[in-house]
Amino acid sequence: MKIVVPIKQVPNMSQVKFETDKGIVDRSSADAEINPFDLYALEAAVQIRDKLGGTVTVISMGPRRAVSALRDALARGADSAVLLEDQKFAGADTLATSYTLACAIKKRGEFVLIICGEKTVDGDTGQVGPELAEHLNIPHVAYVSKLAEVGEKLVVVCDMEGESYTVESGFPVLITVTKDINTPRLPTFRDKANARKAAIEVWGAEELAAIADRRRFGVRGSPTRVHKVMIPSEEGRKGKVFRNTVDEAIGEVADAILNLL
Amino acid sequence: MNDDKGVMVLAEQREGEVHPVSYELLGKGREIADRLGVPLSSVLLGNQMQAEVRELVYYGADKVFWYDHPIFKDLDLLNYKHNIVKLVREVKPEIFLLGATHWGRSLGPRIAVALDTGLTADCTGLEIDEDGGLIQIRPAFSGNVLAQIKTRTRPQMATVRYKVMPSMRRDVNRKGEIIRKDAELLPSLLTIVHKERLGEVNITEADVIVSGGWGLKKAGDFCLLADLAELLGATVGSSRPPVDSGWIGREHQVGFSGNTVKPRIYVACGISGSPQHLAGMRQSDVIIAINSDPSAPIFRVADYGVIGDLYEVVPKLIERIKMKRGSS
Repeated sequence: MKIVVPIKQVPNMSQVKFETDKGIVDRSSADAEINPFDLYALEAAVQIRDKLGGTVTVISMGPRRAVSALRDALARGADSAVLLEDQKFAGADTLATSYTLACAIKKRGEFVLIICGEKTVDGDTGQVGPELAEHLNIPHVAYVSKLAEVGEKLVVVCDMEGESYTVESGFPVLITVTKDINTPRLPTFRDKANARKAAIEVWGAEELAAIADRRRFGVRGSPTRVHKVMIPSEEGRKGKVFRNTVDEAIGEVADAILNLL
Repeated sequence: MNDDKGVMVLAEQREGEVHPVSYELLGKGREIADRLGVPLSSVLLGNQMQAEVRELVYYGADKVFWYDHPIFKDLDLLNYKHNIVKLVREVKPEIFLLGATHWGRSLGPRIAVALDTGLTADCTGLEIDEDGGLIQIRPAFSGNVLAQIKTRTRPQMATVRYKVMPSMRRDVNRKGEIIRKDAELLPSLLTIVHKERLGEVNITEADVIVSGGWGLKKAGDFCLLADLAELLGATVGSSRPPVDSGWIGREHQVGFSGNTVKPRIYVACGISGSPQHLAGMRQSDVIIAINSDPSAPIFRVADYGVIGDLYEVVPKLIERIKMKRGSS
């Protein structure tokens, strides 16, 4: 079974500094890591491969340092890795990103299953997976929390607002997975050592030129643009904090609650 | 530049019931349409939903495009996409909105790609710019920032968070046109073979939530919060760590990795208030925080904060509420 797992390198969100006064996000203040949700997608792919045979290819669109995320993915069980790196890919919104990934996947050749994480911790859109499926003209199921069957057909369980749907699909198909699906493995020291030696293919706009419309890459291919970023303020909150007077606090809080109910 | 006009809203339905976010979209859609001087329409794909279609008019739609076909009893991804895309190409709205429900966030991206247009996810604000373009406001970076986004293509598409936009008042005297459309059907390729409700809890709908975090010492201590919750008719919630530790089910989880909630009252007990948790509950009407750590970030977003041990404060709070209730 040929499986593709798109991954993204993101800043470690607990380390990113947000400067409230200037409204700035300082990505450089944080270490880079594989998007946590993608680890679940990768684990799902590796488990399927271990059971049924096949290959797991991870693919990422990003700057050169994203190679470290791809090596991490190889250490966690992926068989091969492709980096899509080119200045022309930069500044992409989800439409351009999914288009670029789709071109690369088409170039890579035959696949039957694509597994994506539910969303990224920096973009938070959850759009690239479903968009990728549309570019590739294959069905998709989002918010998959369980793989019930993988074989002749794919049977998954997806959760949507407290309702659980069991969905059957043929191949090829794309799924996005939630954190309920598995527990991602940790790479061993040896896995990491092997990953360091692995060859990673790097493709730029040229490599995709034969099958792509280059105007659809990067900023040029991005219909949406961020105009402004603001750090939300907490204006409007009462901010009544009781420090030493627990009993008084409880009285007021109880009153407040009862008035609201 | 283009002759796309009008605001269109997807009315989401499950099992013949229209999701309330649809009315919120109509409410905001009405406001935007009036500002732009353009019509507001809605599209509903659902079998035998005559009454529901009229409701969409009562809640603000000038026109409702209705695809009445048994195939839409189920959430049929490809047939939804195909027919909506065809309709949008025909009607050419400048703005197309869907609810940021799981369904909306799964379907929307496919429609956007088919229309080769921009889509902004999970908007908590929508405004019209001086040039008549739509400013789409949404949280990013796990809820740490608010981004303002604009789209140069048409339609400008956005999924909009539930319980944020106001619905219009229902007006049975509102007039609107109901247009029945013939569905063009494709092979579904996906089959829903089973459906079930995941337990009793639907925390996203809760009006009052009592939530616990790492300040709890063990799983069983959620009982203490359950006691308070029962008293208030509340649902019990949790931050991420207790859920990851298996102390309580993920359906109770509030935060970036869990559920986004908007109750009238949110009581955070022993929750420090990480940005990821705040992302899921900062829109609550009133936030009450109980934490023994005076520097806990939760106090920055609280309307009422009590610096104290939750094991002391919560029982006292329960007692005080019972007492006040008893005497009134």
